[in-house]
Amino acid sequence: MRTTPISLGYVPLVDAAPLIVAEEMGFAAAEGLSLDLVQAPSWSRLRDALSVGQVDAAHMLAPVPVATALGLGGGATGFDVVSVLSVNGTMVGLSAPLAEKMRAAGHDFDLMAAERAGRLLISGAPKPLRFGVPFPFSMHAELVFHWLSALGLPSPQSLVVRTVPPPLMADAIQTGEIDAFCVGEPWASQVAAKDGGVLLLAGKAIWSWAPEKVLATRACWADGEPELSARLIRAVWRASRWLEAADARSLAAELLARREYLDVGAELIERAFTGQFDLGGGLGMREVQPFLSFHEGAAHFPWRSQAAWIGSQLAARTGLDRASAMRSAERTFRSDIHRAALAQTSAILPPASSRVEGAFAGDSQVTGVHGVLRSPGNTFFDGARFDPASF
Amino acid sequence: MSSVLTIVIVEADPDRAKLIVDALREAGDYDIHIIGERAALQRQIQLHSPDVVLVDEADPSRDTLEELALASGPLDRPVALFVDRTDQALSTAAIEAGLSAYVVDGLTRARVKPVLDAAIARFQMVKRMRTELAETKKALEERKVIDRAKGLVMRARGIDEEEAYALLRRTAMEQNRRIADVAQALVTSARLLG
Repeated sequence: MRTTPISLGYVPLVDAAPLIVAEEMGFAAAEGLSLDLVQAPSWSRLRDALSVGQVDAAHMLAPVPVATALGLGGGATGFDVVSVLSVNGTMVGLSAPLAEKMRAAGHDFDLMAAERAGRLLISGAPKPLRFGVPFPFSMHAELVFHWLSALGLPSPQSLVVRTVPPPLMADAIQTGEIDAFCVGEPWASQVAAKDGGVLLLAGKAIWSWAPEKVLATRACWADGEPELSARLIRAVWRASRWLEAADARSLAAELLARREYLDVGAELIERAFTGQFDLGGGLGMREVQPFLSFHEGAAHFPWRSQAAWIGSQLAARTGLDRASAMRSAERTFRSDIHRAALAQTSAILPPASSRVEGAFAGDSQVTGVHGVLRSPGNTFFDGARFDPASF
Repeated sequence: MSSVLTIVIVEADPDRAKLIVDALREAGDYDIHIIGERAALQRQIQLHSPDVVLVDEADPSRDTLEELALASGPLDRPVALFVDRTDQALSTAAIEAGLSAYVVDGLTRARVKPVLDAAIARFQMVKRMRTELAETKKALEERKVIDRAKGLVMRARGIDEEEAYALLRRTAMEQNRRIADVAQALVTSARLLG
């Protein structure tokens, strides 16, 4: 069978797994596609490459297409989000001196204790507290802002969030350029392994269902190529389902560790997959289950309410009109395209495309398309609820 | 605003930085600064208060510059990513050459275009040189592998160098593969067999 090539840009991170697995395990070939996986050195480079058509689709930070729709950051043509690639998977860490201060104050470094860790951090932190994140428009930045502002730390007076490329994060924390960081894997574990910093909190402790990376295309590409984009969405969806099996993940770690992909040790990658983390600084191991999700609870579904939340946060910080920012944001998450692509599969999809974010404690069940959808909790640590319909 | 544009080049390799500086000097009179050290990049850039920042697309610290486009403090000058929809052709040329340019808001296109044209031309040249260098390196490595394979065949069959090469070439042609690939397979197998 002849395959149609699609070029797909990605940044070498653990959450690029669904794209790499789609190609390597034959899910793309089963849809008659061959994925040309192109590695990008930075998020801005990847955004520009997608914008001018050097790649057909890309692994992207969930807030980037929303920021672009709001005219924030580097100019680019608009993007469509056709799938969510991963939910959660970020980690907050501290400089060694700051971690020592928290340990001395009796902190137990429970990676899920957002409120306790946050209050202790604020009470002992330098002013302003300098946080490194991978990109100005990232879930990392949004989680840090939500977490610390909910606990009363005002930004920018007392909290400065700076962009530090993840490969340079360990250096930045060691040289005192930043006091704390929020990054994805394998970079957080890399910092802990280098004795530069200590892990403090899993990103999911702040928001338990935070859309992390998405599959983005140029706006209108999917509308113009409905059949091709549907095949891509299905291939990536099957890869995410495959990744959900516990025994698949050590194989996936081996795949990702290869030189042409992440080029780091498989054991470092497995920490994210198994949720077993070495805190660094001799503080021992902690467990977060699951640390990141690709498939369970329809993690792949691009909720319009997720986009609206991001749009609302960005608007509040940059002084844009909130309601209109949310409407522009919602249009970038194409739940319609995602649904159409998976209509003929066994995928269990939610009945609605927008919901109240943060309103589901514990496991919940809802009758969806093709069956009952079981969703893990969707809560903010401070009990916040975000209802897009109320704006 | 002073009449001479201030340009900052973010480039760790001094030789490459010099190539870009030379090209810009030919294009006009500019106040040019090179930043080779990535630590505290934003602070270093803000110190020069540049009109234009040029950076290699392949540089991971490019994402840090993205933040400059957002800086809106009272002392900050707004920097907009030049690569935008106002000039699609120039943007695409820059991206394809591997150049990112950040330009302060409000500068006219006429003042910025000569800078970008010169930088794009130089980046294209550097990119070509890189590709050529990579190809030369690959050819050299393949030559080494083929020599090693020839040696193995000569010893195993007691034939001379010319015959050994002919045999490798014939095998490659029969299998529809490159000589270098056949040689590599042979060298790998020989290593396995000790």
